[in-house]
Amino acid sequence: MDMSELIDPFARLVEDVCTPAAIRAIEEGGDASEMWRAFTDSGFLDALVAEDAGGAGLTLADAAPLIALLGARAVPLPVGDTMIARALLAAAGLDIPDGPLALTTGAGAVPFGLVASHIVSGTPEAPVVTEAAVVATGVHHDIDGFANGLDGSALRPIAAVLRALLISGAAGRVLDMTVQYANERSQFGKSIGKQQAVQQQLSVLAEHAVAARIAAAIGARGGLTPVLRDVAIAKHGTSLAAGQIAAIAHAVHGAIGISEEYDLQLLTRRLHGWRLADGSESYWAGVLGSLRMQAPACSTADFIRAA
Amino acid sequence: MFETLTLSTLPPADEALRPALRALIDDAISELPIDRRARSWQGFDAAFSRKLGQAGYLGLSLPKEYGGVGRGPFTRFVVVEELLSAGAPVAGHWIADRQSGPLILHYGTEAQRQFYLPRISKGEALFCIGMSEPGSGSDLASVRTRAEPQEDGTWLLNGQKIWTTNAMHSDYMIALVRTSGTTADRQQGLSQVIIDLKLPGVTVRPIVDLTGDSHFAEVFFEDVRLSADALVGAEGQGWKQVTAELAFERSGPERIYSAVVLMDAWVRHLKAVGRDDTATLRLLGSLTAQQSVLREMSLAVTARLVAGESPVVEASLMKDLGTGFEQAVPQLIGDDLAANPDEAIDPDLYRTLLYVTHIAPSFSLRGGTREILRGIIARGLGLR
Repeated sequence: MDMSELIDPFARLVEDVCTPAAIRAIEEGGDASEMWRAFTDSGFLDALVAEDAGGAGLTLADAAPLIALLGARAVPLPVGDTMIARALLAAAGLDIPDGPLALTTGAGAVPFGLVASHIVSGTPEAPVVTEAAVVATGVHHDIDGFANGLDGSALRPIAAVLRALLISGAAGRVLDMTVQYANERSQFGKSIGKQQAVQQQLSVLAEHAVAARIAAAIGARGGLTPVLRDVAIAKHGTSLAAGQIAAIAHAVHGAIGISEEYDLQLLTRRLHGWRLADGSESYWAGVLGSLRMQAPACSTADFIRAA
Repeated sequence: MFETLTLSTLPPADEALRPALRALIDDAISELPIDRRARSWQGFDAAFSRKLGQAGYLGLSLPKEYGGVGRGPFTRFVVVEELLSAGAPVAGHWIADRQSGPLILHYGTEAQRQFYLPRISKGEALFCIGMSEPGSGSDLASVRTRAEPQEDGTWLLNGQKIWTTNAMHSDYMIALVRTSGTTADRQQGLSQVIIDLKLPGVTVRPIVDLTGDSHFAEVFFEDVRLSADALVGAEGQGWKQVTAELAFERSGPERIYSAVVLMDAWVRHLKAVGRDDTATLRLLGSLTAQQSVLREMSLAVTARLVAGESPVVEASLMKDLGTGFEQAVPQLIGDDLAANPDEAIDPDLYRTLLYVTHIAPSFSLRGGTREILRGIIARGLGLR
């Protein structure tokens, strides 16, 4: 399949319905049902559902650009979470609710929890759907929320890959925005992007953005049942990059970058949130370290190559 | 941006090379201590290089008609990964195999190809690269070494190169020199010439580094008479050729594996002492995860070479990130070991740690400094 046939209409949909104004409205507690209906009507929510169950049967690697796009456009609804949840529910032969589904994997804030109709916990083989009873975090304009008492720790690997893909998408967009800003903003009689000190920072930002994209792709290559080693590499790498990318982007943007009306914060707040969700870089480093320590003696090159 | 860098898979035919190559390496260097292995692509062993050539592991991307193996960058990726992971002494053939061979194949005359390439593939023609000069480091376009064209078509070479890796062991140098104009002409008027280092007027003086090794040298040229066919490619096109060559130099796995022998020795130490607390596992996992992402990035850049591109910006991006990681490894492992002061450390591991710690600054100097690479990336981003 030519993936551009899928990505282009999806990109148009996202750009049409997820304008910065629409994103802000939902973050301020506005009604999300119209935006959600656009995603429901598009059919993309069943992208990962098997074809014999009525879905498009895409692999996670196929769908990775779609999910990255959700991150790049700061979509304020759990579209990626719902894609994965619907695939798991369909595979388990369970009913699928119509509304936005958010994955919970620990005691921390559930990404998109406040805008979800249902929270999905349990395991990949036996997901459990619960009507959302989510408590706001109190963080300004946060759409994540606490959903206590649900055990979804077995969903953490697949959720971590999803979060890695979202980070990779947001990272690429932050790079584009920051390069564009550096070319437009003028100080000392020339665009700040002509300053070597700024160029060096942007180059590092680009390195982290590319590393994040590659890391996320490592996670996605195993599909809906990812190899734990690959998950750890993916979420460690993207979480590590997320913090550094946000820091450089804000440094280059200066004061306007931290203003509410400028769009950079829509992305960097998500980078930080997704970094913390489903295990940070140190959590996944610990998981990978354990795997390595338990593995038969071998070189680093052999360990990272073993499929 | 840089969307063409994506996950790539090595062809099974290349993966299949590993067992036999590994056996050859194990057999050849089983006695080599780890602090010698940690020298990796600065370790020189002409006999080992010839052995690799005889077994068909050199000239991998050179066509068979020139004595090469007729495969490509993916094959070289596998071979390089095996050599570096084992810490094999590859300095002898490294530069010829990585960049001089491809350069001569691409820009050389038919006679030059016939003359040099078969011997490169056998590990019998060792090359060094003459770029830096006392007054020209990162500002490479300011080179002053000059090859004056003579009436009979030959060249008269005068000048000096410095920090030339392996010059004292090499048969030939491919040097970037001025062949017309003045230093004010910058990138114009530069050319690449092949210099037989046994010619009269060539003096090579090894330089000792802070670890006690002599892997680089200064090279003096005093009225060295080069034959007409010393010129590689077109006169005045040296800058463009060097840029393309540097994409080869910067893109390989040697930019991510310089500290891997230390890392593996440290992992063996952890297993031996049975240390598996959270802090240790997190450090082990973090280094392993970063190594993995860098490997996939390096493979992605290799795939661009396979596609026939010259991924100058992508290679710079990967090298800057990779060398930063390679430099962090000895710092972090040093901290880890010394954070457990009551744990006995094998002297071999200690020597390896300090060797890599001391030589690590070179990782982001050789093949272009961090600042130069970031300038190239910035250009790729459309900032300059």
